Amino acid sequence: MSSEINLTLQVWRQPGPQAEGRFVTYEASGISTDASFLEMLDIVNERLIENGEEPIVFESDCREGICGTCGLMINGQAHGPQKSTATCQLHMRSFKDGDHIVIEPWRATSFPVLRDLAVDRRAMDAIIASGGYISVNTGAAPDANLTPVPKETADTAFDAAACIGCGACVAACPNSAAQLFTAAKVQHLNLLPQGQAQRWARTEAMVETMEEFFGSCTNHGECEEACPKDIPIDFIAWTNRDYIKAKVKNRKLAG
Amino acid sequence: MLGSLDARIPAGSLDSKWTDHKFSMRLVNPNNKRRFDVIVVGSGLAGASAAASLGELGYRVKVLTYHDSPRRAHSIAAQGGINAAKNYQNDGDSVYRLFYDTIKGGDYRAREANVYRLAEVSVDIIDQATAQGVPFAREYGGLLDNRSFGGAQVSRTFYARGQTGQQLLLGAYSALMRQVAAGTVELNTRSEMLELVMHDGRAVGVVTRDLITGEIVPHSAHAVVLATGGYGNVYFLSTNAKMCNVTAAWRAHRKGALFANPCYTQIHPTCIPASDDFQSKLTLMSESLRNDGRIWVPVAHEDGREPHEIPDADRDYFLERKYPAFGNLVPRDVASRNAKTVVDEGRGVGPLRNGVYLDFSGAVARDGEAVIRAKYGNLFDMYERITGEDPYTVPMRIYPATHYTMGGLWVDYELMSNVPGLFVLGEANFSDHGANRLGASALMQGLADGYFVLPYTIGNYLSDFLGDPALGTSEPVFADAEQAVADEMNRWLSIGGTRSVDHYHRELGKLVWDYIGMARNKTGLEKAISEIPALRDEYLRNVRVLGSADTLNQSLEKAGRVADLFELGELMARDALAREESCGGHFREEHQTEEGEAMRDDENFTHVAAWEWNGEGTPQTRHREELEFENVELSQRSYK
Repeated sequence: MSSEINLTLQVWRQPGPQAEGRFVTYEASGISTDASFLEMLDIVNERLIENGEEPIVFESDCREGICGTCGLMINGQAHGPQKSTATCQLHMRSFKDGDHIVIEPWRATSFPVLRDLAVDRRAMDAIIASGGYISVNTGAAPDANLTPVPKETADTAFDAAACIGCGACVAACPNSAAQLFTAAKVQHLNLLPQGQAQRWARTEAMVETMEEFFGSCTNHGECEEACPKDIPIDFIAWTNRDYIKAKVKNRKLAG
Repeated sequence: MLGSLDARIPAGSLDSKWTDHKFSMRLVNPNNKRRFDVIVVGSGLAGASAAASLGELGYRVKVLTYHDSPRRAHSIAAQGGINAAKNYQNDGDSVYRLFYDTIKGGDYRAREANVYRLAEVSVDIIDQATAQGVPFAREYGGLLDNRSFGGAQVSRTFYARGQTGQQLLLGAYSALMRQVAAGTVELNTRSEMLELVMHDGRAVGVVTRDLITGEIVPHSAHAVVLATGGYGNVYFLSTNAKMCNVTAAWRAHRKGALFANPCYTQIHPTCIPASDDFQSKLTLMSESLRNDGRIWVPVAHEDGREPHEIPDADRDYFLERKYPAFGNLVPRDVASRNAKTVVDEGRGVGPLRNGVYLDFSGAVARDGEAVIRAKYGNLFDMYERITGEDPYTVPMRIYPATHYTMGGLWVDYELMSNVPGLFVLGEANFSDHGANRLGASALMQGLADGYFVLPYTIGNYLSDFLGDPALGTSEPVFADAEQAVADEMNRWLSIGGTRSVDHYHRELGKLVWDYIGMARNKTGLEKAISEIPALRDEYLRNVRVLGSADTLNQSLEKAGRVADLFELGELMARDALAREESCGGHFREEHQTEEGEAMRDDENFTHVAAWEWNGEGTPQTRHREELEFENVELSQRSYK
């Protein structure tokens, strides 16, 4: 059943990319436990505007946990305390009256803060552009049932493809590594028969583009814990295996 | 002044129109394609697929999206599936049957030729997406699986768990990023289109605002493609993403593009009911759930018992009772109105009595929980996260919510608006769904437009301009448009009122839901026509937008979007008032059968209404495009 709780928020405010940031404390009183976390911030922002203060900038769009736009560090946890849940799907029933909540943007060198809680995640698009696709021009595809794909393979590829590109894996990682994001896309395509032709080129290009922007993986596993879509780190292991093979195969193909 | 609207539908038999037309359209040879600039606004299924395909062909493409990445576009949230006439299930499907179901589902208010083409290219979409690596659901033999959806008696819906839109968009996005890497597409993220630029009566570019720096940027091209989605957020509460808006389409409307059938909005029957005033959006539960869930309410009014305490005899499975042939799989408009009827009767369920049950206990008993989990696991999890209730043991509560808008900018057969050089794709146009869209058809239309229609038709337009460079952005028309955007920003920041943009958006939404929602009548619509502009006037006087224009300012972004929604809401009411019939999602209480079904007036309303902007403060002019039905006989839709 719903009830109302009072919270103290410590929110990261930063006027712009180059500006100094700092924590500002806000009282969030009379918040229904049926509200989502972002609806709680909506309410706080309404009150700020009424008081003539600029609202807290945070990003969200679908509010259904699928678009990957939202993402906050909540008490040091990417997307907050509820497992397998993006920030927008987190509800205030996960908190209790009197709680103190620290809200920060994703913290990673390759995700510069734009304002308050909003960050720039374009480095992830760069990884996709380097090889996160199957090269098939529109109209060139054969009949979809020409190539059977074992159900288990399709299901595992889907498990990887479920990534929403939110960046929580990077934010949660002590090294700000993007291995889980990258491996999810590499394995989604590498597992499928349709993805075989470019398997080795894709793996090498995506891994090396990732390394241009992000830190290195040292197997902490924080990414898996933070992932709102439960993407397993097995995909990282498989990608490491594919990368080693790719380095050999790509050299052989070249020479 | 416009003459009668000509959709330029090719002659010939229905099944040869598109093939013949593709042959008769002029081509641009490969070397010349790189001399044409095309702007694509929006990066959802329609925009991303169009931009990728045009880039592959060799055009110089510029994509503008207000998202931080093209992958965020709201197509990502589509759950259920995508229709295609593959007939892999050997259950009698065909291109003609998909065409027929879509025309009938749209309540005979769509163009035959467009819908037939859509059904024709549907099969190519599945091939394309599969080749891109979209992990559609498969049978154990490795072939593609299908399920059935509302408004159809065959299984033709391809799906990827409950995340079909996500997977199709990621496919189109990957194709787009491949072109970005190849240098054929220039990607501009966080760029919001705020003006359409016209020259000599043609669309020659747009002006955007950079959402991070506030920079106002001109973009010129030989053609402009809008793929900017629908306007469901006029209701404030809808299943649309928070940022969805009508601004790009509306700014084009204000420059002369006709807005067609704005009153055709779709209310989706299976959403989670609202729980409180602070609710920021409504969440859809995929229509595919109606394959296995049974919809019911108690027979008795205000039955206070828990659902499991109510025996079968005291339950009313109202869709199965009224529509034995289609049962729980009737089209969305029929399912929604029936839910409204039983809730209005006082038989609603849940704490606010604002829902009906969608019950899986029979399916769990029949197939086992594991099978149901495999089909709908992520949807059930999402429901539990939002409501705190477990749908494996307690029936879901659902209620209709705004989901999709069939209306949009008017386009001809080639998807070009009445403004030469301005093309409109996907939900942003009005073209293929008539007065009601069938489930799993939005993804089909967005991708059909982007992958398989526009890449052909745009060449037919561009071939006239071979050798002409795009207009320079130093021309006065660009400077004027840039100034208009700068003035608009200053206007919002200088009002200095007392209430937030969201406050007025919410109030607008209530008016639109009450008067132009699931059921409309003359009195309500006349109220809407007087109350919406009155609230808009207050908005323009009293909204409070803080901060400045040269930084990331979300209130400022929303201010212009909500202003456009106000104007659109008023036009919806005028359109609904003028359409003296009920059809599809447009239900006029004055026009219903004795059984409460929608009653069309084919004699007077078998046409598209397309509205022309006449300047601020002057009502738009209503134009007509007559719909000719040469292949399908108009009949009262019956799903009994």
